[in-house]
Amino acid sequence: MELSGDDIVTQFLKDEGVEYIFGYPGGAVLHIYDALFRQEAVKHILVRHEQGATHAADGYARSTGKPGVVLVTSGPGATNAVTGIATAYLDSIPLVVITGQVTSAFIGSDAFQEVDSVGITRPCVKHNFLVKDVKDLAITLKKAFHVATTGRPGPVVVDIPKDITDPNIKIPYEYPESIELRSYKPVIEVQSSQIDKAVDALLSAKRPMIYSGGGSVLSNASNELRTFTRQLGYPITQTLMGLGAYPEPDPLNVGMLGMHGTYEANMAMHDCDVLLAVGARFDDRVTGELEKFCPDAKIIHIDIDPSSISKNVHVDIPINGDVKTVLGELSNAITASKRLPDEKALKNWWKQIKEWAAKDCLRYDNNSALIKPQFVIEKLYEITGGDAFITSDVGQHQMFAAQFYKFDEPRRWINSGGLGTMGFGLPAAIGTQLAHPNDTVACITGEASIQMCIQELATAFQYSTPIKVVNLNNRYMGMVRQWQEFFYESRYSQSYVEALPDFVKLAEAYGHIGMQIEKPEDVEAALKEAFAMKDRLVFMDFITDQKENVYPMIAAGKGHHEMHERELA
Amino acid sequence: MQHIISLLMENESGALSRVAGLFSARGYNIESLTVAPTEDESLSRMTIVTSGSNEIIEQINKQLDKLIDVVKLVDITANGEHIERELMLIKVKADTSDKREEVKRQADIFHGQILDVTDTTYIIELTGESSKLDGFIKAMNAADILETVRSGTTGITRGERCLRL
Repeated sequence: MELSGDDIVTQFLKDEGVEYIFGYPGGAVLHIYDALFRQEAVKHILVRHEQGATHAADGYARSTGKPGVVLVTSGPGATNAVTGIATAYLDSIPLVVITGQVTSAFIGSDAFQEVDSVGITRPCVKHNFLVKDVKDLAITLKKAFHVATTGRPGPVVVDIPKDITDPNIKIPYEYPESIELRSYKPVIEVQSSQIDKAVDALLSAKRPMIYSGGGSVLSNASNELRTFTRQLGYPITQTLMGLGAYPEPDPLNVGMLGMHGTYEANMAMHDCDVLLAVGARFDDRVTGELEKFCPDAKIIHIDIDPSSISKNVHVDIPINGDVKTVLGELSNAITASKRLPDEKALKNWWKQIKEWAAKDCLRYDNNSALIKPQFVIEKLYEITGGDAFITSDVGQHQMFAAQFYKFDEPRRWINSGGLGTMGFGLPAAIGTQLAHPNDTVACITGEASIQMCIQELATAFQYSTPIKVVNLNNRYMGMVRQWQEFFYESRYSQSYVEALPDFVKLAEAYGHIGMQIEKPEDVEAALKEAFAMKDRLVFMDFITDQKENVYPMIAAGKGHHEMHERELA
Repeated sequence: MQHIISLLMENESGALSRVAGLFSARGYNIESLTVAPTEDESLSRMTIVTSGSNEIIEQINKQLDKLIDVVKLVDITANGEHIERELMLIKVKADTSDKREEVKRQADIFHGQILDVTDTTYIIELTGESSKLDGFIKAMNAADILETVRSGTTGITRGERCLRL
């Protein structure tokens, strides 16, 4: 088949099985947009800002495990996409971002809408390419999908100068079925000696702890994680990125750990003698002060990326490999060893953990005359039967969602953990809803975050994505306000969001349904009404308690055992 | 401690900036960096001299290995012996017969070669470990040094241990 570069792009995407491409047209990609017009296999989702395209593709990727695909133009198209690319990079999400570039001959001349996209994106991609010859186009796209989706996933940018997609230059095209890169070998053979060492350490433990992260989700290792954890009966805590890989409503689950983790999870981390880290990267929001991190623990770490091992915390037994494979091998090796965990020690350990859990660290004042954000999430959890895809923005609402929505499946909790990108939630919900048209998708957000990508309400209208927006409106950048209260003597510098729009009217202006809820007694009815509207986007503006804080909290420089807790009258 | 990391990478445009960018983004020290194509023109060989604690060096090795364009790398200062060399060209003032004699004598001691002679200057070529080049600079009268240019260290492992595909 002879094709020109523009048709190669669309034909390749079709051959690669791409369902949706999220994008925004512009000069340098007009040939590709013309090719998109001539075909029907790949559905283009027109966003209202390129950041929205990357987040929507990201939501699609997180909720499906398939790569998200983005198409933007050169210059500002590419720079607007950078925030979304970095968001995906920090959370290891597979994206392929095609950026248009000015015509090859103009590169370096400061041409109109020219920016060095490969240079700008280099520090926040897994890899990037500049296509220099149309003959390399298909193979480069194949490399991009291969690199993005294998090993530790991540975003890959393919920068395509306009002349490469010239409709008048036709070359033979054949879909490259597979690709080998001599410099990139993502499949790792697990060292059996490390498995043996890990099994010995795990079965010798008196106070064991499993700490599972986003890698368990990315590796689709949920079943293996469940089998393994239940086989041992050990307590498990999950990171913000890992929630749902192990079901949260489960006796072995002690809740999220870290800065806003549960008292029992953090105390168990501090006191454990053997820690098994599964696809987690010892992020500073998880570890607290490194000097005080798991002081008595022998640490085992499973990770597909060797550079994650012993990066922040020294690891005693590193296991480099895919989480799914390694957990399977560990389970088999434990069975084969015919050894059992130390039952007496484990019983004492669980007794201790139950005592910590009895503190009920997430409790809040549910007799308040004001709407508590936690209450809204609890009701949301009930009304959706715990069965919704939940996206979030960044801040207090994100932490409340993580604490109070109990995920029992992976890929249901979609949030920007690493980069902490406000504005992520709504476009991510659009990508998620497109991938799961018959499921319930809710975006938990705040009045500050939602305004960072509010324009995507138009995209949601155009593609009839019936997202339920749960806006926890406390008229403050809540997490900023909380830090200012704790660490800046309540000097609320610039954290009050003055001149807020009327969100009900705003939602209506975009063609959606808006609701405002001011009283706790109206929360449940409003949620029920909204979720009953299966085919409409409903924007629920909950006017919440301005002074509510996220507890427990580990402040900077503190260890897991030094949490601030809520004091209730 | 100082380490010399040698690596083979795809001879693609932008490959050098990926390595340089990695060092600046992660705050690693970079003392010198040399790069040139190899006998296999699809590959470049790079030599990086860096320093840091064992943990940092381990991270540098892992992060470099993670770069998609890096095919293979070895820390030639770890596990086994190696040879390292640096080239220096140094231009010194040689405008009196005393100075000319002294510079010539020092160049001989350091096994340097005089490449260029004018009425007032000498250019000397020296190769060796960086410390030897430092030693030569010290041996010269600082006021007489007009210009120095150094290649940065490059190195190779001894014996049969090789960095090749």
